[in-house]
Amino acid sequence: MADVSGWDWEIGTKTMPFDAWKADFAWVEEPYVSPDGERIAAVVNIDEAQFSVCVNGQAWETVFDKAWYLRFAPDGRLCVLVSEDGEWTVAVDGETWPERYGYVWNTLFSADGAHIAVAAQQDMQYAMALDGVMWENRFLNMTHYVLSEDGRHSAGTVQVKETGEADIARFQAGCFSAALDGEAWDSVFTNVWHLALSADGSRLAAEVRRGLYDYTIAVDGRPWDRSFSSVWHPIFHPVSGVVIAPVRLDGKWTLAADGEPIWTQRFVQAWHQQVSPDGRRLGAIVSPRYGYWTLAVDGNPWRTAVNEMLIDLRFSPDGRRLAAAAKHDGRWTLLVDDRLWDLRLDQIRPPVFSPDGRLVATVVETGGRFGLAVDGRLIPGTYEALWQPVFSPDGDRVLVRGIADGIYRRQVLTTAQLLA
Amino acid sequence: MAQPTQSEAKQIVDPGIEKGAAGLTEDRIQAVINHVIQNETGARLKVYVDTCVHCGLCSEACHYYLSHDKDPRYSPVGKVKQTLWEMLRRNGRVSVDFMRRAAEIAHTECNLCKRCAMYCPFGIDIAYLMLVVRRIVHLLGMTPQYIQDTAHSHAAVCNQMWVKPDEWPDTLQWQEEEARGEMPTLRIPLEKEGADIMYSVIGPEPKFQAQLIYQAAVIMNAAGADWTMPATAGWDNSDMAMFTGDNEVMGRIKRDHYETAARLRVKRIVMGECGHAFRSVYDVGNRWLGWRIPPIPIIHAIEFYHELITSGKIRVAKKFQTPVTIHDPCNVVRGGGLHHMARELAHALCEEVVEMYPNCEHNYCCCAGGGVINCGPPWKSKRIEGNRIKADQLADAKIRGAKVLIAPCHNCHSGLEDINHAYGLGMEIKFFGDILYEVMEKPEA
Amino acid sequence: MHTIYEWVAGPLTWIAFLIFFGGLLYRLVRLVTLVRRKEPFIFTYMSLKYGLRSILHWSLPFGTVNWRLHPVLTIVTFAFHICLLAAPIFLMAHAILFKEAWGVGWPSLPDAVADGMTVVVIAGAIFFLVRRIVRPEVRFVTSASDYVLLAIVAAPFVTGFIAYHQFFAYRWMLVAHMVSGQIMLVAIPFTRLAHMLFAPLTRAYMGSEFGGVRRAIDW
Ligand code: HEM
Ligand code: SF4
Ligand code: SF4
Ligand code: SF4
Repeated sequence: MADVSGWDWEIGTKTMPFDAWKADFAWVEEPYVSPDGERIAAVVNIDEAQFSVCVNGQAWETVFDKAWYLRFAPDGRLCVLVSEDGEWTVAVDGETWPERYGYVWNTLFSADGAHIAVAAQQDMQYAMALDGVMWENRFLNMTHYVLSEDGRHSAGTVQVKETGEADIARFQAGCFSAALDGEAWDSVFTNVWHLALSADGSRLAAEVRRGLYDYTIAVDGRPWDRSFSSVWHPIFHPVSGVVIAPVRLDGKWTLAADGEPIWTQRFVQAWHQQVSPDGRRLGAIVSPRYGYWTLAVDGNPWRTAVNEMLIDLRFSPDGRRLAAAAKHDGRWTLLVDDRLWDLRLDQIRPPVFSPDGRLVATVVETGGRFGLAVDGRLIPGTYEALWQPVFSPDGDRVLVRGIADGIYRRQVLTTAQLLA
Repeated sequence: MAQPTQSEAKQIVDPGIEKGAAGLTEDRIQAVINHVIQNETGARLKVYVDTCVHCGLCSEACHYYLSHDKDPRYSPVGKVKQTLWEMLRRNGRVSVDFMRRAAEIAHTECNLCKRCAMYCPFGIDIAYLMLVVRRIVHLLGMTPQYIQDTAHSHAAVCNQMWVKPDEWPDTLQWQEEEARGEMPTLRIPLEKEGADIMYSVIGPEPKFQAQLIYQAAVIMNAAGADWTMPATAGWDNSDMAMFTGDNEVMGRIKRDHYETAARLRVKRIVMGECGHAFRSVYDVGNRWLGWRIPPIPIIHAIEFYHELITSGKIRVAKKFQTPVTIHDPCNVVRGGGLHHMARELAHALCEEVVEMYPNCEHNYCCCAGGGVINCGPPWKSKRIEGNRIKADQLADAKIRGAKVLIAPCHNCHSGLEDINHAYGLGMEIKFFGDILYEVMEKPEA
Repeated sequence: MHTIYEWVAGPLTWIAFLIFFGGLLYRLVRLVTLVRRKEPFIFTYMSLKYGLRSILHWSLPFGTVNWRLHPVLTIVTFAFHICLLAAPIFLMAHAILFKEAWGVGWPSLPDAVADGMTVVVIAGAIFFLVRRIVRPEVRFVTSASDYVLLAIVAAPFVTGFIAYHQFFAYRWMLVAHMVSGQIMLVAIPFTRLAHMLFAPLTRAYMGSEFGGVRRAIDW
């Protein structure tokens, strides 16, 4: 998480016309807003095959043949993937990396935004490029990219052997591995999926399949002793460093740590496990019975279940509260502490807890307009576009970033004002 | 026991089946079969086997049976007899040769089209039973080579055609650029969070048929749709793992598909003209994951085009003049009830629509579906022979004037193309998208 | 002779009915628990509306494409099944026996009608037998058990018919009739004749899947 204390938390509104940009360009693509709300940006088309990025009404001087995946890093730097003369690179605040690639994609940021990584292809070889520097070792293919929280280590699933044309035996014998900072594991697997890096980036875990049936988790290339009929994304426990992953046993799912089930409960489905920030509680999205979804904490499912989908599980910073976006009977709402909000919406974004965990807020959509909802209440006022609210470190104030009537507004309100 | 009415078909050797057969023991076969029967199946299998009165009434449902001069080995129940009944009767102890034949039957003599479920008075679901056989075949490692390779592709890169992660967005950007020649402001918005629609396609589109993405982009832009395509894995809605019995990989790729849509915060997924992918996303893959219904609504291209036309978002400039006939893909018709919309759409786009019979839910499968075409070249002629009845049906439609065959499903397309050639029918096969693209009013033409 | 008759008509009948109803109940309970344990998703998709819709179409002669494809069989099977169920239940002699044993009675059919129905059942059984032999698609999936089942079903009607008309060995025929009827009753829950119980369930399930999920008809 980037440091938000240095932001402008003065109560008040700053505005910036957005729709007006359209007059200056052939077209303006969907806008993005910096985490601190000070800048709004979009890819713009100037003329045939001439793209740039417009920030607060001012286009970058550089013009590209193509530009896509515009995103603000947590520290507010603006990144976009750009192509010039058939080569690709990353442009950050208007400056391109000196390196050029055959293709780049999947931008990743460290938690503080200081480091930027992309997946890169050069001469049909694949590697991660971290702050412009591509791994020395290149691979036949690469998927499932991760960057450590501190941004010092990058990893990916890599293909280390040719699979051959429809050579099924060869494929099953194992052509894939995982690479950390370009160093592939010694072991190969039939498949390697969904990597996780430990907090310090020194350890790498992944879902692996040996042959067609034997699934387990491999940590630093070493598979768990026990295998399962399937597994899902592993995580590292932020405190103990134990690797935790959902595993399928006798047709049901549960959570396992270092190869052994840690929950006695079995579920139709269990995934998206997460450890609370204090490291004490383990939550997951589970299906206690077919077609129904809820959250389970330390194996105990909640009583409230929804009948379509649950995503975006989030712990409050103090680890005491838990929420997730929920879809029930075709409409979205929030499931917070075993209770559903009364609101029924067309769409909802992930829940955002205030630093003290007292409030939970998010952006919601109804009838094509966006609004803010806090603790189950809709805040008056709608927008054409709205970004996730940000609470000040003391939790007294909220930063609201949205576009209404074609004008971008950066508002800081007190929480009391918001709830009034 | 009855003698087969036809001479023995020539033996086809499939490297995938042989690879599994090599080193297989009867002990292992028995263990796998009994594992599947005891642990992975339940009431359905038991009741279907206990209820079937061996009446043969399902026979006429199957295009294989009809195309092989009513050879009983190709009747739906005949396929169960040659596979599951025998496995159950012998408590799983069957020979390697028996399993070879079972693999061949389940993978190349049944399209899982479920027509027979509409003909059996009890509604016994033979397609399900054949899938159980395929699951056993999978666990024995005997899946035919080409479809197994496709399942590997799904597992390795999360798409059907070994499309690499950079090739996908690159292809979209290339098609976007091409299409800008026609519509200068056209976009294929990648990774646009909060769009209304996520458009998903099957692996062969970027690999071999990029013009379909081009057409879809023109249609989306002309309709003013708020849409996006993912740049990550999860863009491919197809699913051959569903047909190889590799349920674990099936679930994995469907999870990626739906979670990609959820991540993009779209309200619905619109998919291209594919039948089996529709089945997988709409009805099968979601179930394995525990989603009773698709967690994000999924709309087949037929429904979407229908909506564009009826809402006036796309207007027809001049109807398609050549008479057309419609092939009803089982997966979207028996599997999704889209035949009414398909007809309304055809009439809205085309001057003359010639029906071919039987149609709608009762239409004959193309014989490509259910992964059969994906078993590849070794099985091609067998597949074409197995659908003579479709050729007859098409010939009849042709006599009554149809020159163009609309097949709103990728597999059907390829399968029907083979039939078209082999039986010298001389029809032109198109997607609805081809015709819509051709006849629509384009804003900046 | 008399004691054999008494014994067959008394305790054995009791036992047969007990096994029949108990067996059906057992199979139903087993089925439901199996679904609960292994395939609970099935309950989620069951729909009364679509299940009944499908059952209704299949219960009507010529109500489905496949019934229309096989007009002779359709007539025979409906006649066979209706008579198979109605004749024993509404036969005067059976109704009287029931009334004597239980004190409950119901309207019964004139003997001549019941006799006709018996002939229909026997004729139907012969039809199925011939069909099984001459139709390749049926023969291919036929095993000895199919003939045995057909015989089990036909036997009470054949013996009943002979006994009623007192062609020969009346008393022995009567015993044979009762025993074969008991065999049939006992056989129903534990053989493919259990389709009597399962038919509506499998049909309702397929009807629900087709109607509710696949938005299509299944007839
Ligand atoms: C009450 C519900 C029942 C239903 C819905 C039903 C339905 C059917 C159907 C659909 C068939 C297959 C079509 C055909 O071959 O005619 C069939 C066959 C048959 N049924 Fe039933 N049935 C019922 C009860 C019974 C009972 C109580 C018996 C005898 C105890 C019986 C004996 C038979 C026999 C022997 C056949 C096989 C014909 C052959 O060999 O092909 N059914 N039944
Ligand atoms: S191909 Fe279709 S009709 Fe034939 S057995 Fe398979 S599912 Fe039934
Ligand atoms: S129609 Fe149904 S009951 Fe008859 S043989 Fe076919 S599957 Fe069995
Ligand atoms: S390919 Fe087409 S007709 Fe054939 S099974 Fe699929 S949907 Fe059916």
